[in-house]
Amino acid sequence: MFPAPFGYVRAESLDEALAVLAREGPGAKILAGGQSLLPMMKLRIAEPALLVDIHRLPALTGWQETAEGLTLGAVVRHSQLERAEALQEFYPLLGRTARWIADPLVRNRGTVAGSLAHADPAGDWGAALLALGASVTLRSLTRTRELPLDAFLVDIFTTALEPDEVLTAIRIPKPAGRPFGTYLKLERKVGDFAVVGVAVNVVLDARHTVVEAGIGLAGVGPRALRAPAAEAALIGHPLESGGIREAAALAAEAADPVSDRRGSRAYKRNVVRVFVERGLKALADESRPEVGVTA
Amino acid sequence: MEIAVTVNGQLRRADVEPRTLLVYLLRETFGLTGTHVGCDTTHCGACTVLLDEVPVKSCTVLAVQADGSSVMTVEGLETDGRLHPLQSAFSDHHGLQCGYCTPGMLMAAWALLRETPHPQPAEIRRALSGNLCRCTGYQNIVEAVADAAQRMAQEVG
Repeated sequence: MFPAPFGYVRAESLDEALAVLAREGPGAKILAGGQSLLPMMKLRIAEPALLVDIHRLPALTGWQETAEGLTLGAVVRHSQLERAEALQEFYPLLGRTARWIADPLVRNRGTVAGSLAHADPAGDWGAALLALGASVTLRSLTRTRELPLDAFLVDIFTTALEPDEVLTAIRIPKPAGRPFGTYLKLERKVGDFAVVGVAVNVVLDARHTVVEAGIGLAGVGPRALRAPAAEAALIGHPLESGGIREAAALAAEAADPVSDRRGSRAYKRNVVRVFVERGLKALADESRPEVGVTA
Repeated sequence: MEIAVTVNGQLRRADVEPRTLLVYLLRETFGLTGTHVGCDTTHCGACTVLLDEVPVKSCTVLAVQADGSSVMTVEGLETDGRLHPLQSAFSDHHGLQCGYCTPGMLMAAWALLRETPHPQPAEIRRALSGNLCRCTGYQNIVEAVADAAQRMAQEVG
């Protein structure tokens, strides 16, 4: 299978990529890891006239950790986050999500930002980064804007990205306490898209009270969804079974899945409830101070 | 577009259309047919090669994206006519039946052993989870990789 013919520009700088986009209009498409775009082009679902390759731009590689938070460059690959032990202390959810994406070979190539821009409703990063309260930086030749991820994700395969814009960075605020996060995924086979994906992230203060909570859902709506009522129910309380059950029920209500060959609407909703409960219980166990240890 | 790629240690040049996929550059332009086209949809891993020492599915990389990079294919495994320990272990353990998936399995396993010289069976299975085999099952493949790891440790030792 071959993509339809297209032109190709390997951008030498971000400004060059932005200039090409401004000149070419909607026929031009950014190429990063290509693990979603190239398969779509081979199936002729996508037929861009021009690809603007940014995958080697040094300005977009790697990440920066500051007192405010973490900024991921646009061409950070899934496998980099899977292996980034230095990020586990403050951003444990990243590595625990990355390991669920596709398979090791795809993770070596695909990018986190590319996955967000692709906006597959079953994509794992949408759910995880919503749970982390992430925002995205969008740049064109003439402007730079920052959008909360919740506003960036619009609908199925649709984002707020304009044809002349590039998603250049993902920002994750630094947690205001000890963070705990995990990702749970129901897939039909290893490496598949999520039937249901649930990201849970909580930040505890010194007294084990939840001060920040994020719950993101994949595969159960036209885009990745947050579960704000469930998040609110957790804040201000210790992470314990009554509150966990309530949050799980609220998260299931936030889900809006469709029935398909992978499961009925009711089944998927129930998986959300079970996964939120299971995930939060796991985080509670992880966060519990070790019993029987005395100074 | 003119591109230059170092393939199995040898610098090679080609003039390709942007839509040429890396696997077809290797097979049809360079004649290296050891790398197989399987599903052609980023699932099966038969086309796995090392791009700058990282295993990737070469049906889902454009040849122009490999410009200036180095590629290692299954043909690059043997040295001076001697099979790589991974290749002999696959042979000894019957880690293949039809052999279609084998080049991809070998390249993914090579990358695993470079990072993790003494992998646990679960690590081997995880590293090969992007490579599908439809005849032997995976038991003998996993055993072959584990044995190759031991052979390589002895060679170094």
